[in-house]
Amino acid sequence: MSLVPPRSGGPRPNVPVVLDGEEVSAYEGETILALARRVGTDIPTLCYLDGLSIHGGCRLCMVEVAGDSRLPLACATPVTAEMEIRTDTTALRNHRRRVIELLFAEGNHICATCVSSGACELQDLAATNGVDHIHYALEFPRTDVDATHPKYVLDRERCVLCTRCVRVCDEVEGAHVWDIAHRGNSSTLVAELGKPWGEASSCTWCGKCVLVCPTGALSFKGRSTGEMRHDPDVIEFLTRLRDEGEWVDRQEVSS
Amino acid sequence: MHDIHLIDPVTRIEGHAKITLHLDEGGSVADARFHVTEFRGFEDFCRGRPVSEMPGLTARTCGICPVSHLLASAKAVDAIHALTVPPAARLQRQLANLGQIVQSHVLSFFHLSAPDLLLGMDADPATRNVFGLMQAEPELVRRGVRLRQFGQEVIAAVAGERIHGKGIVPGGVAEPFTTAQRDGIRARLDEALTAATDTWQLLESILDGFTREIGVFGDFPSLYLAHCRPDGTWEHYEGGLRVVDADGAIVVDQLDPADYRQYLGEAANPDSYLKSPYWKALVPDDDPRPGMYRVGPLARINVAERFGTPIADGLLDEFRSRVGRVVSSAFHYHAARILEVIASIELIGRLLDDPVLLESRVRAQGGVNALRGVGASEAPRGTLFHDYRVDGDGMVTDVNLIIATGQNELAMNRTILEIAREFVDGPSLSDGVLNRVEAGIRAYDPCLSCSTHALGQMPMSLELLDPQGRQVCEVHRH
Repeated sequence: MSLVPPRSGGPRPNVPVVLDGEEVSAYEGETILALARRVGTDIPTLCYLDGLSIHGGCRLCMVEVAGDSRLPLACATPVTAEMEIRTDTTALRNHRRRVIELLFAEGNHICATCVSSGACELQDLAATNGVDHIHYALEFPRTDVDATHPKYVLDRERCVLCTRCVRVCDEVEGAHVWDIAHRGNSSTLVAELGKPWGEASSCTWCGKCVLVCPTGALSFKGRSTGEMRHDPDVIEFLTRLRDEGEWVDRQEVSS
Repeated sequence: MHDIHLIDPVTRIEGHAKITLHLDEGGSVADARFHVTEFRGFEDFCRGRPVSEMPGLTARTCGICPVSHLLASAKAVDAIHALTVPPAARLQRQLANLGQIVQSHVLSFFHLSAPDLLLGMDADPATRNVFGLMQAEPELVRRGVRLRQFGQEVIAAVAGERIHGKGIVPGGVAEPFTTAQRDGIRARLDEALTAATDTWQLLESILDGFTREIGVFGDFPSLYLAHCRPDGTWEHYEGGLRVVDADGAIVVDQLDPADYRQYLGEAANPDSYLKSPYWKALVPDDDPRPGMYRVGPLARINVAERFGTPIADGLLDEFRSRVGRVVSSAFHYHAARILEVIASIELIGRLLDDPVLLESRVRAQGGVNALRGVGASEAPRGTLFHDYRVDGDGMVTDVNLIIATGQNELAMNRTILEIAREFVDGPSLSDGVLNRVEAGIRAYDPCLSCSTHALGQMPMSLELLDPQGRQVCEVHRH
């Protein structure tokens, strides 16, 4: 599910689609999100990450498709011929803002003192989607911090349950330390079915979960306010390296 | 019959407070109480956080002196990590603290206190604020603003931002100091020093008009506590504490701040969220009042023999020749602040000349090597203690903060009582009387909730209540 354009000589995009009023050509089986990014249309995402399987949990990438009363997820919906897609309408903007507000309301997200302030995807989403107030009652959940690992810290107060860590540990590292336990509001990230992270023998200390975390939930131990820098792009680099045996200059890809 | 005068809120101090004056049957002031009515809860909600986050977390205590909390907190975490910060980081931190002292003292003088001092205690409240001062003395205020900006620029060079910077971290500082930063600050040194010394001249020129206030604004004997080098030189960042008595005699010297619990007690108050720290040796029973000691600029110049910088020392000697070696009137906190601003600017210049400041190694890395750490430094308002306990994973299990304003709490009560006895006479009260009571508090530059409310014209009411709590009369300030 790479968003990197296929190498020259491969199939050409030949599925006609209307994206925000523009006629564009999609690849067979390409997702709406992949198409949008390829043609330079920005759709906000949070749980989606290049190189990992699709979770479809955050619902920020919802779009409008003519003839469909639901709001399909761009990350999980393949294009079909003649599909008419809208990615940026007043209704979508309102929905996305509410999703972001709910994410803030259900955690304890205190940017001012967070290790990831300034490098947080949730913070960025709030800023770029016009979230200047939370219109929902804040939950102030009583969660805990797991600092038992010698190198990393899990702060469940800042976890948005995107499952990037769960997926990267399972799909890329192959260790499957992480899972989401319980349901609904009680959902929580656990290591090895509920052990303290420091006692999880399957953890290889690789740190990929920390690199892909969109917020300050997973961080390097010892980081002070605003000092954490994640590196989620490394996963796309790693999977491409593994699957295709090809080194791609990461700066070139991101530009 | 005990009547209560209520001054609520007190304006032009950092934070919110109210004052109650209790009258006896003869109409004289029997007691005075200063209440802090806001609860912050830092010592509670910091528990359960990773200790590495404590500098950023506790800096949020205050927007005026975040650097003070950053420093005390980073030093406490340094102690838990049991590491020595690199020499360049130590100098950068000192630089930031000096910038902090400059900007906070200048704010206190020009924004909060100068309206009283320059426009007069009895001036119309509508203009007795920084805006009135801007109209009356625009050039003076402009220089004050620029002087504060200088202090903020020094802070920003180290901390990355003027307020709540992220540059002061456990183990040192985040970034090496650059020659461009050094040269930028150096270029403003002369202007800053001139503005500060001119401010001193201005303050000196008006002191004669406040003879009565000087006599009653907390002019009583007390102990004074501050950091001080063993040779008696003024110190603001590290080392031991010295305590002197009302005659300037050294009570104890070079106390390790980490042992503060051995010599300082903390009394909780039923009617205020401010704790009352006291000097244990003078408190035989439950009443903390005999253990009153003072911290802050006045305490620092009483504790230290000298600043160790030529201009400030010359002015200090001259000041002492007129008022004495130990200055007991809280009114002279103003003078001590301006002297400290001058000394700080001189010391900033000295630090900029030190080549070590530019060294690139600025951070030591560490883990949990001790389960308790105490960090102390001189905040603008006095000695600040951060005391943390952690578990083996580095999670905070206990926090104790001793804030400068708290340490002056007993002295502030005494100051209000003396001012009220001098100026309050029964239920008829003028605005000037109210403001003198407030100004007595303001001399300590208290940072109560450490929120930044400086509302010069905020309406203030004074209520007179009978023993049943019914309002007998009410006076509005304007």
